[in-house]
Amino acid sequence: MTSNSSNSGNSSNSGNSGSAEPRATRRMNMIEAINDALDIMLARDPDVVVLGEDVGYFGGVFRATAGLQKKHGRTRVFDTPISECGIIGVAVGMGAYGLRPVPEIQFADYIYPGLDQLVSEAARLRYRSAGEFIAPLTVRSPFGGGIFGGQTHSQSPEALFTHVAGLKTVIPSTPHDAKGLLIAAIEDNDPVIFFEPKRIYNGPFDGYYDKPVEPWSRHPDSEVPEGHYRVPLGKARIVQAGEALTVLAYGTMVHVARAVCAEKGVDAEILDLRTLVPLDIDAIEASVRKTGRCLIVHEATRTGGFGAELSALVQERCFYHLEAPIERVTGFDTPYPHSLEWAYFPGPVRLGEAIDRLMMPA
Amino acid sequence: MGCPADAGVSDAGFQSMSSPNSATDRGNLPPLSLHVPEPRFRPGDAADYSHLPISQAGAQARPDEACAPVETHPLCLDLIRVLDDEGRAVGPWNPALDAETLRRMLRAMALTRAFDDRMYRAQRQGKTSFYMKSTGEEATAVAPAMALAPDDMVFPTYRQQGLLITRGYPLVEMINQIYSNRADKLLGRQLPVMYSAREQSFFSISGNLATQFPQAVGWAMASAIKGDTRIAAAWLGEGSSAEGDFHSGLTFAAVYNAPVIFNIVNNQWAISSFSGFAGAERTTFAARAIGYGIAGLRVDGNDPLAVYAASRWAADRARANGGPTLIEHFTYRAEGHSTSDDPGQYRSAQERAEWPLGDPVTRLKQHLIALGEWSEDAHAAMDLELVETVKAAAREAEKNGVLGQGLHHPTRTLFEGVFEEMPWHLREQSEQAIHERRIRYPDWQE
Repeated sequence: MTSNSSNSGNSSNSGNSGSAEPRATRRMNMIEAINDALDIMLARDPDVVVLGEDVGYFGGVFRATAGLQKKHGRTRVFDTPISECGIIGVAVGMGAYGLRPVPEIQFADYIYPGLDQLVSEAARLRYRSAGEFIAPLTVRSPFGGGIFGGQTHSQSPEALFTHVAGLKTVIPSTPHDAKGLLIAAIEDNDPVIFFEPKRIYNGPFDGYYDKPVEPWSRHPDSEVPEGHYRVPLGKARIVQAGEALTVLAYGTMVHVARAVCAEKGVDAEILDLRTLVPLDIDAIEASVRKTGRCLIVHEATRTGGFGAELSALVQERCFYHLEAPIERVTGFDTPYPHSLEWAYFPGPVRLGEAIDRLMMPA
Repeated sequence: MGCPADAGVSDAGFQSMSSPNSATDRGNLPPLSLHVPEPRFRPGDAADYSHLPISQAGAQARPDEACAPVETHPLCLDLIRVLDDEGRAVGPWNPALDAETLRRMLRAMALTRAFDDRMYRAQRQGKTSFYMKSTGEEATAVAPAMALAPDDMVFPTYRQQGLLITRGYPLVEMINQIYSNRADKLLGRQLPVMYSAREQSFFSISGNLATQFPQAVGWAMASAIKGDTRIAAAWLGEGSSAEGDFHSGLTFAAVYNAPVIFNIVNNQWAISSFSGFAGAERTTFAARAIGYGIAGLRVDGNDPLAVYAASRWAADRARANGGPTLIEHFTYRAEGHSTSDDPGQYRSAQERAEWPLGDPVTRLKQHLIALGEWSEDAHAAMDLELVETVKAAAREAEKNGVLGQGLHHPTRTLFEGVFEEMPWHLREQSEQAIHERRIRYPDWQE
């Protein structure tokens, strides 16, 4: 698996590996990249602890913590009671002590019992104590649908967290970024919600659910540098440069957007936002001012979704550069269905029609 | 006919299944009724507490700190008391404190009371928006603070000002916080009395109820992970023991044997809801420990020596890796919930005077006098001195401003500390806020 590649093929523009030297890389899927990040941080920082339901001996229902308890010990990586309120609450207390906890919420759909501890406690502890106490936790949680998870294993609740002052929200879309962003999140002194798009754990799913999914091993961003590196929070990634239209996306939808743009042959500039708060507004403005057209894509429900915030920002800042109304492509305002999963999912048809509307001659 | 066992068999059963809301089909089943708890006394009622079982002082067994949790469980249904009606300290829970320590305890409680009185009046004078007194409950904060090590981490709720006072936090700093003035260390961000004092190992008070319980457990788990010797202690009222956080906290503490003390201050009232709305009609709050399999103690919260002894027992146990203890402090909220509350609207005015466990300051004073270590004159002199001490601190704090006077922290501090580094959107909003102030107050400078 290990290669000594001088050409990682990584399309990231983060440019932050800290060294011009070519560094060893390894092909990983997203789970392996997350596991690697946790392993590195547990080894580097004795204050890092990993806790959550089934994360210990078993290694997590998605295997993200496999082998970590055996390697780092039971007081560094351990199972918890089934109580998201308790998991986040003890993590806040551990942070106040001086630890750097990385709690896992098994599915984002389960995070709500812990919401008060996130919204009222972790998010405001630094502020309300004027810096006497901080909550440097990173809450990892698989999110998003497309796995026949039904309404309780498919949700994308990121907008609940981006609405909260004091929380950072991070969503990776590739193994390379998953590792670098997770390390940056753990090292960050603010509480971070780290949503992992579970549909792309094993491959960059492109929305064509009736076709076989490519594994990560054929994707350039599965070349993950060995060792410690950060992808900085608050920096978007230009997935592909283009002139005709800007696509703002994150998580699974980055890959869906890319596939649809390729299929339609549109010269789109695709931005993977990577961090919703803090948002890379400069990258968004620069791209939309260049292309004059903006498509916003997310899997979450539409009303009050993060796309609404993006749309407002683009309108406020780029109005006189726009050649067409901003388009939002999202999930529908329904609970995430089971049998009708692909009717809900913002797939190639919904994206394709939005692109057509955007590209219509004025 | 029509009883559940017949359903689907007889015609009557079939009918009742097809129209479950039709009362006529229920046969002779009695209608269900909802129990909504109601306190014994309402405004105008005579308060009579003769129904309360008050255990005899000194009669409760004191198990070894290293005992199995189950050995403490009889104490969850009893009431640990040390001071008897004559002011003597009796029985196995008598902590046998020396006179100097007892006087220190008395002084801290009296100072807490004097501070509360002054700040209550300051709120009425418009110097701040809000205040909460701890009158009658001083022992439940002062005595634990003395039983804990000074660097044990305390996770209080809003009525444990006695912890800060006992730990020597400057009164001026407390008042600066209450006045939200330009010297307020919390930058005017928090409601009055929601202190934070890291140097005193006093955790930031939330104001959201019971959230501090799992946090205290997490802190205690961290201390255990690191092989530290410090323990954690948390407080909440009996009302908020109904929150999920309370139960999450106890579950985690039990699972990981966390070195933590849980204090439930059962002061009978959660604003206007009596303790029955938190389950007090069924059993004691200490009895929650039984279900979790952790140690539990129920203590006369107006008996400072009993509170000290129980706290010390729990602290020694936690420090020796004996795990968590739940302590119910049975006490009475002698004043309103806060300056925004009028208890005359919902409870009998006689309750305070009739409360069968007396007043903690009076009881400790009597004890010291009985020991020949104190006198009424000395007490009166101390009270006068404390009033002056608080008055001087208030005057000092007022030099930094009172709420609404404009002597607050600069506008930009509104935006600082949301994150460690200020992101662009907060920078923009900060500029907007400063711009608005300049328009509103053209001569304004910060």
